[in-house]
Order: sequence, then structure tokens, then C-alpha cells
Amino acid sequence: MGVMNALTTPSAAASVSFLLRIADGSLVLSQRLSEWCGHGPILEEDIALTNIALDLIGQARLLYTLAGAREGRGRDEDAFAYWRDEQEFTNPTLVELPNGDFGQSVLRTYLYTAYQLVLWQSLGASPDAELAAIAHKSAKETAYHCSHLAGWVIRLGDGSAESHQRLTRALDYLWPYTPELFTADAIDPQAAALESAWRATVAPVLAQATLTPPAASPFRATGKQGRHSEHMGYLLSEMQSLARAHPGAKW
Amino acid sequence: MANEVPDFARAAGLDAVAPGGAPRAPRLFDGSCDSAWEILRTIPDPEIPVVSVVDLGIVRAVEINGETLRVTMTPTYAGCPATELIQREIRENLQQAGAAGVEITLALSPAWTTDWITPSARLALQRYGIAPPCATRDAHTMAFKPRCPRCASTQTELVSAFGATPCKALFRCVACGEPFDYFKPL
Repeated sequence: MGVMNALTTPSAAASVSFLLRIADGSLVLSQRLSEWCGHGPILEEDIALTNIALDLIGQARLLYTLAGAREGRGRDEDAFAYWRDEQEFTNPTLVELPNGDFGQSVLRTYLYTAYQLVLWQSLGASPDAELAAIAHKSAKETAYHCSHLAGWVIRLGDGSAESHQRLTRALDYLWPYTPELFTADAIDPQAAALESAWRATVAPVLAQATLTPPAASPFRATGKQGRHSEHMGYLLSEMQSLARAHPGAKW
Repeated sequence: MANEVPDFARAAGLDAVAPGGAPRAPRLFDGSCDSAWEILRTIPDPEIPVVSVVDLGIVRAVEINGETLRVTMTPTYAGCPATELIQREIRENLQQAGAAGVEITLALSPAWTTDWITPSARLALQRYGIAPPCATRDAHTMAFKPRCPRCASTQTELVSAFGATPCKALFRCVACGEPFDYFKPL
């Protein structure tokens, strides 16, 4: 009985690997969104996307700081963001894919923030009090991101022939990367449990946007295992170049 | 001449703001929690200087433990760049007032909510031109129509869910035609 409990009952505190994985998802998506700074189709949207990027950085900072404290090797948020190499990042591949056009960017960000919404809601009930506090705080902010992006997905999907065609193309490209979010492994044995809630969130929005996801494919992305797409190296080299050119630099 | 407050600014309540921040009366720390709160109430929010960090609900608790003054604060938004500045302002203001040891704890739980913004701060926000947030229990959607802080009309429309800072949305008043910021309920 005691042995069974030890094997089946998850420890109350989330592992460093798990914290880094969800922090990496927020940071890498934030980096992609910040590429829109100064390039948004309209000023308001430029500001909205970069505001969302800022909230995602905030999530990542809290999670990295917690991971660093639990790891106990003196690594802080900057050490995790700037001094790890590609294979050490464990974000799902979805968030590192190129922005593409505005439609593809909002669709990708919508699909991931809808996932974050169910993730934060589930982690808000975690016995890990520190992680639950971060999740509860993030959930409130993510709800704004998600509803804002859903509005754009509907507006563009159910928009002109051109915008509908672009969103359809973007969904065909992005959809095969979504099953990775729910692929369970030793670090996150419960990952699959979030899929039905995510589908229930996303399906009505896609339906209203007159978009149909492509048929399921056997393709599985492997970013969570540190095996990334060819785009990740370029993203990191841009994100990390300043910190690595001037180690220890302060504003 | 240069220091005169224009009429429109006085009408909007901007004359209450001294250059560089909210009015500050030098106060001394007498070792009590009350005096610590008094000092904290003079520290303006860096982004919205008409309200103090206490009125915004950022300062959660003040405790005195021997020689140490412990202040518990909470960030508004997780990525808010002002959090570190506010921490420094709290430390510096208390030290300048004579507090020896100042210890600042950042608490994430319970998460900050706009429901903690005091009634007087809501009025100050409105006079400053920012529509104050509705109660979070009424904020199910962005469909809520804030009252225009200029002409008080409720004929207002959302321009963008994200304004100059993550905590604000951009609205336009249909009645008077002016754009204004709305502090989003969180």
C-alpha cells in the first residue's frame, strides 16, 4: 500500500522540469509576439500583441524564478532564458513556429492561449501552493488574451474570401502541432487530461469562424523533449545574442 | 507662466499633481504601523501618479518585527514593469523617513484584483481621465460600457482591449467623440 502510494501519488511540488516546460512555452511565444512590435497592421493591434507578450514574459519570469529556487543551483530567470541552448528548451513546437502573416499569428496565439487557459485553471487547483498562486494570477490575464484573440479568429475566418483563405491555410499548418500539447510523458503524466476542455473551448470559436480543422495526422512534434523545429535556433540566437555578447550587462 | 495649470487640466483634476508625482508631505517614521501606512500613502503609482500604491491595493500588509519593518506587496500584472520600481520607491521612502530595516515581501496569492482599488482612488482615476474598473463580478465580457470620464455619457465603445498599459483598454465616447482609457477589471 505504501509503495503503491509512492508510485501513484504525485508529489505536491511540481518538478523543475515541469516548471521549465510551461515557462519556456510562455517565453518563446512572447518572443514571437514581440516580433510584431512596430509591425502590427494597425496601431491598436501592435499595442495589443506586445501587451500580451509582456504578460507572457511575466508568467515566464515567475515560473523560472520558482524553478531556480527549487533547483537550488543558483540559476535565476536570466540564466534560464539566456544561457540555455536549444536542446534544453522544452516548449512545445507550436509556439516557436514563424509568425507568418497576422492571421497565422493570431490563430497560433489563440490556440496556445486557449491551452494556457485550461492549464492555469487546472494548476490553480494544484496542491503546490506556489505554482497554484502563479496559475491563478496568470489565468485572469490569459482570459483577456484568449477572448481578444478569439475575436480576431472569428473576424478573419468569417471575413472576406481572402482572410478566410489565409486562416484556412494557417489552420492547416498549425493544427498538426496541437496534439503535442496533450502528449503525456514522465514530466507531465496528466497532459492528456486537458485535451477535452481545450477542444470544448476552441471548437465553438473555430465553428463561428467557419474554419474546419484538418483530419488528424500521425505527425507528432517533439519540442517538449528538446527536439525542435529548424526555426528554434534562429529564434534563440536573436533572443540571446545581447545577453551573450555582454554577459552580466545591466540596464 | 509656465507653471500655471490650464483650465482643462484643472477641470480634469490634473492640478492636484505636483510636477514629478503626487504631492508629498515629508513624514517621519515613528516606529508604528500607522506611520508606515501614512508614508506609503504618499508614494504615487509610477504609471498613474494621481493614485498611491496603497490606494491601488498593491501594499497588502505592514508588520513590525523588532527593528525590521516588513511590507508585503503584490504585483498588479505579472509582467508589469513598474513592480520593481514600486519596490524601490517603497524601500527608499521608508528609509528616508527613518525606518532602519525594511524588508519587502512579494506575495502572489491572493492575486491582485481591481476590486481592491479604494473608492477615493476610483474618483481620482476618473478625474484624471481614466474610467475606473467595474466590479469583477460584473465583468464577464468586454461588453461592459464604462462611463466617459469627460462627459459622463454611457454611450461608449471599445476601440481596443489593450491600451497604453496591459491594465487598460481603449474606449471612445460616442457622445463627445473623445477617446479615453478604461482600467480593466481583473
